[in-house]
Amino acid sequence: MAVEVRIPTILRTYTGGEKVVSAQGSSLQEVVSDLDASYPGIAERLMDESGLRRFVNVYLNDEDVRFLDGLSTAVADGDSVTILPAVAGG
Amino acid sequence: MRFDSLLDSVGHTPLVGLPALSPSPDVRLWAKLEDRNPTGSVKDRAALAMITKAEKDGLLHPGSTLLEPTSGNTGIALAMVAKQRGYKLVCVMPENTSPERAQLLRMWGAEIIYSPAAGGSNEAVRVAKEISRQHPEWVMLYQYGNEANALAHYETTGPELLADLPTITHFVAGLGTTGTLMGAGRYLREAKPDVQIVAAEPRYGELVYGLRNLDEGFVPELYDESVLTGRYSVGPRDAVRRTRELLDKEGIFAGISTGAILHAAISIAAKAEKEGQAADIAFIVCDGGWKYLSTGAYEGTLEEAEAALEGQLWA
Repeated sequence: MAVEVRIPTILRTYTGGEKVVSAQGSSLQEVVSDLDASYPGIAERLMDESGLRRFVNVYLNDEDVRFLDGLSTAVADGDSVTILPAVAGG
Repeated sequence: MRFDSLLDSVGHTPLVGLPALSPSPDVRLWAKLEDRNPTGSVKDRAALAMITKAEKDGLLHPGSTLLEPTSGNTGIALAMVAKQRGYKLVCVMPENTSPERAQLLRMWGAEIIYSPAAGGSNEAVRVAKEISRQHPEWVMLYQYGNEANALAHYETTGPELLADLPTITHFVAGLGTTGTLMGAGRYLREAKPDVQIVAAEPRYGELVYGLRNLDEGFVPELYDESVLTGRYSVGPRDAVRRTRELLDKEGIFAGISTGAILHAAISIAAKAEKEGQAADIAFIVCDGGWKYLSTGAYEGTLEEAEAALEGQLWA
């Protein structure tokens, strides 16, 4: 299943400057693994041993995956995954 | 309604139904009009609470100077309270904020130090912390980590919502300092364990996320993920579309962050309606649209508005 993944500026060094890339997988974990196969090293920037890194937010179709099933969240063909660094508001 | 002073009138805002935007009589949307506060935003609650707490803790004296990183509303609210109570205020504000905010800050007597646009509020926080080290005599209330911020909503916003809407099933608010969601969310959860507490966070243009590395990311110290049941990222196009819809269908002239919150609230309403669940969904109208007129959000096509907001801190 193909999903589109939006890459933040800060990680585009891995994707050769591409803002939006395509990845395969039926779960977010698989999508990240597939991303890492295409762009080696990117997974380590997103995750550590305990899961998603503290300052990384990942959204599946605009919903924060931490409130879905985290890395186990199922993804479907045509879904959109957005990766963003955590920033302040207020 | 009569109050002894302007500061005594903070809070007690109306909760109004949205008959045109609600999907059915069983799934209703309710807007809490926080723009009715003295400086026109929800931040008056936190500003008053933080200053009152600092006074109780003996941190403030006549003529004391306050320092605060803010993208606008908190600064404006603090400036008003500080002026009433006899303090000075220095705000660190990202330079990519609307000019109305700076004008209002100066009007209430605050001094502004600009932080670079790239990195948005993260940069304002970093710069303010640096200035704080150079001026240890200044008092930084620090809205992102000040418990009085969340407590203000636990003690006022939450109880007001429950009193006006005992059947509340969902509470939706913006995620900035996280104070509104943490405070009102905890209060509502204690009273109604099944209540859904949902965050809508603005998704800005790339400039705002222009950090040098991921470790520069920022999560407010007040944030406790366990209070929330859902969190949505809303881009400028949806935020502007909903801001206009709120004006068009219900007559409410709100700021752009309210559009982002309404977008999440409408999605929740649509889902409840589809599943045949009754729902009373309350959301926060953070401020009126006045401060954002110059951003271009209220005129032209959605595409034009989206382009105009690129790179701006619109929430």
